[in-house]
Amino acid sequence: MSKIDQANKKAVERMMKSRPVWVDIGRARDVIPGIKDNLFLHAGPPITWERMSGPLKGAIMGGLIYEGKAKNAEEAEKLAASGEVEFAPCHHYNSVGPMAGVITPSQMVFIIEDKEWGGYTYSNMNEGYGKVLRYGAFDDEVLKRLRWLDEVYAPVIKEAVHLAGGMDIKSIIAQALHMGDDGHNRNRATTSLFIRTIAPFVVETDWGKKTEYDTPRLDLSNVNEYFKGGKATAAAEVLAFMHSNDLTSLNAIMAACKSMALAAHGVENSTLVTTMARNGTDFGIRVSSTGDKWFTAPANVPDGLYFSGFKASDANPDIGDSVITETVGIGGFAMAAAPAIVNFIGGNPADAFDATNEMYEITVAENNNFNIPAMDFRGTPTGIDVRKVVEKNIVPRINTGIAHKEAGIGQVGAGIVKPPMEMFVEALKELAK
Amino acid sequence: MNNLFDTELKVINMGLEDFAETLKERGTKVIHVRWQPPAMGDEDILSLLDKLK
Repeated sequence: MSKIDQANKKAVERMMKSRPVWVDIGRARDVIPGIKDNLFLHAGPPITWERMSGPLKGAIMGGLIYEGKAKNAEEAEKLAASGEVEFAPCHHYNSVGPMAGVITPSQMVFIIEDKEWGGYTYSNMNEGYGKVLRYGAFDDEVLKRLRWLDEVYAPVIKEAVHLAGGMDIKSIIAQALHMGDDGHNRNRATTSLFIRTIAPFVVETDWGKKTEYDTPRLDLSNVNEYFKGGKATAAAEVLAFMHSNDLTSLNAIMAACKSMALAAHGVENSTLVTTMARNGTDFGIRVSSTGDKWFTAPANVPDGLYFSGFKASDANPDIGDSVITETVGIGGFAMAAAPAIVNFIGGNPADAFDATNEMYEITVAENNNFNIPAMDFRGTPTGIDVRKVVEKNIVPRINTGIAHKEAGIGQVGAGIVKPPMEMFVEALKELAK
Repeated sequence: MNNLFDTELKVINMGLEDFAETLKERGTKVIHVRWQPPAMGDEDILSLLDKLK
């Protein structure tokens, strides 16, 4: 076995051995090392304000209003362009965020601890569907929901996870792959398991027993009319919100995947990809043995199905850190576990098997934690080798949501996107130096 | 060779998928194998891959 193959074996074994456990919730500026008041994190590789896409600009502007640094969109835009606000990739702070991925200093974040290798990773709270900050929306409804998430939802689930003694996210992903999820675009099983695990503790929390609190209530009448009028306990509202949002578990899963990817990073001579991320303008990757260097290329527009009233010309190029799931062998790589997903992103169930089979061509291992029942419990393809991607001319398969190219409109569809081959070629050149 | 055209054709097609599709349209049994030359035949990239074996 060559020294590179040995290094890749070590890296992928570290990735698979990582044991991410959700242990806490905290305010970004208090818990993520290096966060300061004028630093806003975003998805994908580094980018300047001028080059940011519509949804990312919208999310930054919304974040500035949420933080009280700007009163309206005009002020926020001016401030963002002034140079007084710093922008950095979530990945530089061991964090990940879906779509625009904006994490502001005051926001509450999931804290995931790697119980095997040590260290922490982070992600923000998922806001649900419709108009949300992560798609660049920032009207009053969005800001009100963010406030509720930080002031009600986060304290309740923080207390609950303490009572529970943590939640093993890897176990939830493994079970969900047996229940029709891919771990990225289909989250119904992961979220159901997430709720099932945390619910007994949510109802036990002191915070959750409150029926009166100062934060404006979230309108949860879409879940049940019972939640109109503010008579429910905070615990019931938290559980109703979780139930209304299949994406409830996604951010914690992403942070857990970041933990696994981080475990494989920094292995000398390894050619494995340890970061894939998009900011809506560029796609970027990082490789285990090439440190913090990003290899980037223009992001492609996803190919998929659009919600009623929207079309391909409305789509923004690929955006978000959620591709951290594919980086560790789930998401598009585990498509065969989630044949129902083709209703959402196009194609037929046979395509789902083709996708997973193709990913074995560019990976170095079959995952010993995540497997696919319909493939005789074969482990998911894990550990993307830059050499294989370039040699076979096969890029990683990514399932993704599609954002409208203009800020504030939100998700317009979902589909499949191909990362650009150029950045894998650039990484190969760097590795060969 | 002469017998080939008297028996049912069963084809394994490699590379260009269009050939397989054309045969399928004519009712021929065909299995397509996806194949392309390593690094699409790019000599510069092949030499980099050689260095990284």
